[in-house]
Amino acid sequence: MRDVAIIGAGVSGSACARELSRYQLDICVIEKEEDVCAGTSKANSGIVHSGIDAAPGSLMAKLNVQGNQMMEELSKELDFPFRRNGSLILCFDEADRDRLMELYSHGEKNGVPCEIIEKEQLKKMEPNVSDEAVCAIYCPTGGIVCPFGLNIALAENAAVNGVEFLFNTQVLTITKIDDGFRLTTDQGDIEAKVVINAAGVHADTFHNMVSTRKIHIMPRRGEYCLLDKSAGTIVDHTIFQLPGKFGKGVLVTPTTHGNLLIGPTAIDQEDGDLTATTRDGLDEVLKKSLKSVPDLPLRSVITSFAGNRAHEDGHEFIIEESADAPGFVDVAGIESPGLTSAPAIGVMVRSIVAEILHPQENPDFISTRTGILNPKHLSEKQYARLIKEKPAYGNIVCRCEMVTEGEIIDAIHRPLGAKSLDGIKRRTRAGFGRCQAGFCSPKIMDILSRELGISQMDITKCGSDSKLIVDVTKSSVRDEGEES
Amino acid sequence: MNYELVIVGGGPAGLAAAVSAKKNGCDSILILERDGELGGILNQCIHNGFGLHTFKEELTGPEYASRFIKQVEELQIEYKLNTMVMDITRDKTITAMNRTDGLFHIQAKAIILAMGCRERPRGALNIPGTRPAGIYSAGTAQRLVNIEGYLPGKEVVILGSGDIGLIMARRMTLEGAHVQVVAELMPYSGGLKRNIVQCLDDYGIPLKLSHTVVDIRGKKRLTGITLAEVDANGKPIPGTEEDYQCDTLLLSCGLIPENELSLGMGIEMERVTSGPVVNESLETNIPGVFACGNVLHVHDLVDFVSQEAATAGANAVSYIKGGFAALSPETPIEATDGIRYTVPKKISVSRMPEELTVRFRVGTVYQNCYISVYFNDTRVLHRKRPVMAPGEMEQVKLSRQELADFKDLNRITFKIEET
Repeated sequence: MRDVAIIGAGVSGSACARELSRYQLDICVIEKEEDVCAGTSKANSGIVHSGIDAAPGSLMAKLNVQGNQMMEELSKELDFPFRRNGSLILCFDEADRDRLMELYSHGEKNGVPCEIIEKEQLKKMEPNVSDEAVCAIYCPTGGIVCPFGLNIALAENAAVNGVEFLFNTQVLTITKIDDGFRLTTDQGDIEAKVVINAAGVHADTFHNMVSTRKIHIMPRRGEYCLLDKSAGTIVDHTIFQLPGKFGKGVLVTPTTHGNLLIGPTAIDQEDGDLTATTRDGLDEVLKKSLKSVPDLPLRSVITSFAGNRAHEDGHEFIIEESADAPGFVDVAGIESPGLTSAPAIGVMVRSIVAEILHPQENPDFISTRTGILNPKHLSEKQYARLIKEKPAYGNIVCRCEMVTEGEIIDAIHRPLGAKSLDGIKRRTRAGFGRCQAGFCSPKIMDILSRELGISQMDITKCGSDSKLIVDVTKSSVRDEGEES
Repeated sequence: MNYELVIVGGGPAGLAAAVSAKKNGCDSILILERDGELGGILNQCIHNGFGLHTFKEELTGPEYASRFIKQVEELQIEYKLNTMVMDITRDKTITAMNRTDGLFHIQAKAIILAMGCRERPRGALNIPGTRPAGIYSAGTAQRLVNIEGYLPGKEVVILGSGDIGLIMARRMTLEGAHVQVVAELMPYSGGLKRNIVQCLDDYGIPLKLSHTVVDIRGKKRLTGITLAEVDANGKPIPGTEEDYQCDTLLLSCGLIPENELSLGMGIEMERVTSGPVVNESLETNIPGVFACGNVLHVHDLVDFVSQEAATAGANAVSYIKGGFAALSPETPIEATDGIRYTVPKKISVSRMPEELTVRFRVGTVYQNCYISVYFNDTRVLHRKRPVMAPGEMEQVKLSRQELADFKDLNRITFKIEET
């Protein structure tokens, strides 16, 4: 029997895994997909929220502010992209000023630094925001993070500290047994004293298997468009819209990698695995974002995507040991500001588990992690030396994002390494650029095949049935025949 | 490292520019190619139909490329493969990188930009739906099939009737895949007429004009798409949706010149072509920096790429050797009334050859209309064309004598006229 089984290798599950790896515990993370960061954690705004709009006194508000405060230090410790660019909430109508003040007072109650700025100052800070904005709240602690970078860093560090990740493993049922739980999966049974339910949009399903106090999570789809780096500097802050007559707004933000992200919409749907975009959704994103930044170069959209927020009916994080299922710890309802809160969620879950298992500290815990070396951050001299030592860093594979073969090999061979095109993309950005993997896909397939020792026929976009190749060509069949 | 002429890109444009420069007397030439072989995208174009204008015979892409590669070898023109140009400065310092030389700099006297183009990806088309495996740009699929020897799918729908899409419809069919339909957003094809006949009609593959993909399904691998008819504004018409079950969607929806290096060095760009603005010498706004081939404007025939590149090569040598005539006042060429753009966009008579080829594209399909050229308000050319289409590049030759003789010439206008 294991000490702890964590369901879900998203950002919450990975944060819990990393914090729990500070103890001498036998921990596994069970993930139905082939990689970490494959659900809600991969498709969101990548915002480190200031914490201004969470309801004062809520767990959401508390963990948001804590997570925001932890993020900078953590980004250095675990080497992932983070920038405190500050955020602005635009008010487009004098009549809405009351509601802006209400939001401002939320911020004060939550302990979030914020100030009201008037049009003139707003335009000075962000010359490209709409002239229709009459004033704004400025939150200097708002930031942006690479959502993949954060999730992957937490998981890698957990793995290095002894946590086992079981991919392509889907939990089917959970039953209470003596001293713990039995998790029946499609890969066999797993028994654990403590179960941490970090299953995102599916957390209600698992909770309701062991508890009579039912919860309900409504997947709430959000659609986004990502713009080319040429559009990445049109704003520097994260630009929110104060909800108004036109409904809930969308954000316009630079990303940590220099692109521009706009979105999301909010549509409730029952299927938590469905992340299709829609014509209406994308149109809404484009239209609403123009309200904040009228000169947005919409020609520069390079991709669009959708993610599902794990919206719990009460709109609050549920992070607690289930009252009628001791040892079953929920990390449920983790929607925005869940990414921001992840580091604080990990710490909170660690103390909950410590109360249950009273574990010993892990004396060998390694708190730091070094990310994939990005040669673009080196001086020219250092770069030249690197290529001399490792020529693969002299070979550009993804021309749009200028990613080298060296980085791709690193991504494959590091702990919890990439196994698919999407895995490579989220770790190195190869395929993330303006050609959207048109040129580099065949090259990355070659590298994956070579480094993992598997056939190109088995290379996938994102695991299981997402194979890229269905057959060899006729001439290949003939060539093989001739050779043998 | 110092070279008189550095050519960025070893595809058809770069090769022809290099050969021309050498023949025009430049001995210090370096071609920088990011791929592992010279020839560029021609290497994966194993179908025939190349070279009818240049060599008066039908060649495959690799054969066409090899004719130029052979000349490059014979003329002992230097080149570096697997080499990525990272940056070019206005004073023509090139930063490049490869496995063996590491990161290095080259100082050039003149530069020819010949980086080619890339395909417009699904994301830029904003097609809604899921994001499964099985969606490829036509060129990526072409590489997988023709170079790597793999079949990306068996039940295929193609969106966009650009030439690569049409070629791939035939190629996938020959490999045993079933191409169900080619859909085109516009009311006309973006490809060459001959490709529609030889790649679709001959294989019974339907072409649905004024249709687009409005939904993509499948969580891991593509399972189906929905096509719908579009109205005159390109908006899907409700009620016209048709579902197709397929495992592969190929996109052939336009090519975009790859001008990141050009933008980085501050070259003035033309909005319509997404390529540099050039004068009669194919020179950009930075003196001594020239552009040719698909990085300048997307071509449909490689023969014209080679011609254009040869001109750029010769002009680069004139620039290097100081043989460039002083720049006389530049006359702008205005493209209006159905003509989308012209290359070049301005002409200095002093540097003009006896006969200058002006290439351009029309914005829609025209039948029995006239290409007209005006010097100021005087019509100097009026040529009837039975059919003109956006997928087929047009050209007109202007004579230097005529320009020089025209008094107070201050603008040239290209337009389509019905009569």
